[in-house]
Amino acid sequence: MSNQTPLVEMKNIHKNFGGIRAVDGMDLQLYPGEVLGLLGHNGAGKSTLIKMLSGAYPKDEGEISIAGERVHFETPRDAKAAGIETIYQTLALADNLPTPANIFFGREILTKFGALDEAAMEHAAINVMKRLNPAFVKFHDPVSNLSGGQRQSVAIARTLQFNARIIIMDEPTAALGPHETQMVAELIKNLKNEGIGIIMISHDLHDVFDLSDRVSVMKNGRHVWTGNVADTNKDEVLQMIILGKLPDGSYAPGITSEADA
Amino acid sequence: MAQKESAKFSDKVRNISSALELDPRLLSMIGALLMIWIFFYYASDGIFLSPRNLWNLSVQTSVTALIATGMVLIIVSRNIDLSVGSLLAFLGIMGGFVQTELLTFEGTHSWWISIIVMLIAGAVLGGAQGFIVAKFAIPAFVVTLGGLMFWRGAGWLFTQGRTVTPLDSTYSVLGGGSIGETWSWIVGIVAFLMLSMFVIWKRRSRARLGFPTKSLGLEILMLAVWAGLIALFVSTMNAYNFPRSEEGRGIPVPVLIMIICACVMMYVATMTRFGRYIYGYGGNPEAAELAGVSTLKITVMSFAIIGVLTAIGAMISTARLNAAPLTIGQLLELQVIAAAVIGGTSLAGGVGTIVGALIGAVLMQSLQNGMVLIGVQSAPQQMIMAGVLIFAVWFDVYYQKKSR
Repeated sequence: MSNQTPLVEMKNIHKNFGGIRAVDGMDLQLYPGEVLGLLGHNGAGKSTLIKMLSGAYPKDEGEISIAGERVHFETPRDAKAAGIETIYQTLALADNLPTPANIFFGREILTKFGALDEAAMEHAAINVMKRLNPAFVKFHDPVSNLSGGQRQSVAIARTLQFNARIIIMDEPTAALGPHETQMVAELIKNLKNEGIGIIMISHDLHDVFDLSDRVSVMKNGRHVWTGNVADTNKDEVLQMIILGKLPDGSYAPGITSEADA
Repeated sequence: MAQKESAKFSDKVRNISSALELDPRLLSMIGALLMIWIFFYYASDGIFLSPRNLWNLSVQTSVTALIATGMVLIIVSRNIDLSVGSLLAFLGIMGGFVQTELLTFEGTHSWWISIIVMLIAGAVLGGAQGFIVAKFAIPAFVVTLGGLMFWRGAGWLFTQGRTVTPLDSTYSVLGGGSIGETWSWIVGIVAFLMLSMFVIWKRRSRARLGFPTKSLGLEILMLAVWAGLIALFVSTMNAYNFPRSEEGRGIPVPVLIMIICACVMMYVATMTRFGRYIYGYGGNPEAAELAGVSTLKITVMSFAIIGVLTAIGAMISTARLNAAPLTIGQLLELQVIAAAVIGGTSLAGGVGTIVGALIGAVLMQSLQNGMVLIGVQSAPQQMIMAGVLIFAVWFDVYYQKKSR
């Protein structure tokens, strides 16, 4: 796998907020058709890292390449133009708008006179929602009237509609029931088969081991360990998350002893 | 028991509204408006619904309604504009200054040049307030409270406090003139044809994609109702004659201006990207930013729009008075905000319609006009208006809870 060009390559990424080093020299690679689980404590810098990849935050330092090409994202629009779609933990839905308006939010279909083409957007929304949730019919309700799972499908539909190459999922199953979690798992497998690269942030180790091919662990904004899921186990990963302790018993750079953890 | 009955009643409203595919909230507001009208009709021995009074009522409403359409977008995007009254005074004085001091009085071009100056100044000054709000993250309440104090003071500087008068005679038509009987009918017919075309276009675009459309009978019924309402409006306006003549006045120019602006604003709010961003931002600012919506752009633009509407309001007000006094537009900001809020705009953002604000403005002005007719003193008038405002918001909160 590693002789392929990575879909995403992030090198030596830094991001400070005031005096706090949220991300401190992190590296990350994502290959086509794989799911990379990004793990770490609350405050380990996972969300900040992916926000730089999705264009929501500008990076302070470091390089990002998409399919071998250096890129520079100023806004989320730039990242979307490069084929990166993000499903945020909060879902980032405008609660007062209906499903089609949310799916196309920021990328509305316009008629040739420049007005919103509501009919076309509703049509497309129906088609894409069919793939996710065939029973869904509430296309005219504001999304605040939808259930947790339905809202999640709307957020996912937004990524499918625009043919993403790279999908970032922040806690995709946190708000879901068992049936809906199953649905998301199926979806992730389908997307993988289409050659899409997925970065998944999750606290649920069970989900991560189920769905990911590789995992990457962060602590205190730094890289701890990256490797195949098959080469490790939940206990080792937990040790890395909590203590920054590598499988061979040594500590990750920047963490010299248990006291630092 | 009473609760059961009220539940039944609200169910009924919901059934009627879903059958007609109308917003139940809007329907209940129209109901409230009709009740107010009927009450004042009897309380004033029929004077309230006379063509003369309705004509005046429509003129009195025009400025508040006009600016309220812009205030809806401001409030929906989680801002507020307290400066409209003072900005209106400033722009009005500026327009008067251009007409009387800068250009030759009664010159051929002075009236329209002054209007263009006012419109541009309205857009720039409104936009500047929006820029300060978005760029420096100062709450709009504070920035426009500053505007409230600043602009009236700035107006004073133009003329050292003198009232600018008289104004250009062509210009005065914009405030108190009307378009006559024939033109009123022509405008009514054109409006109906445009509405029909819009309905047909909407049906076609839905049918093209194989969506279910509203039943044809219902659509024709609705259009017939609209035709009736337009005809009623035009004939009422035409029934108010010029003094000592048989000739009807027709639709007042300020009302015509207001209606045209309101249509443009409805288009902006519901059918453009900008309108969609305003509502989406109001619903969830973070989601809007993640979707790549620029807060700065939409804030500057929404404040520039209300600035232009304020300039049009300044034009109407000063033209109507044939003067630009410093006191013009006092407390207008509160009337405008009240109209929007009575019309269902939520101060929490994300919710509100232009049509609602228009009805809210008519409702408030009807109350004021009706109370004057039946001889209520101005102090109790204000107290009653305050009660209505709070009742309207309470009703909204109650209704939102019920519909969940």
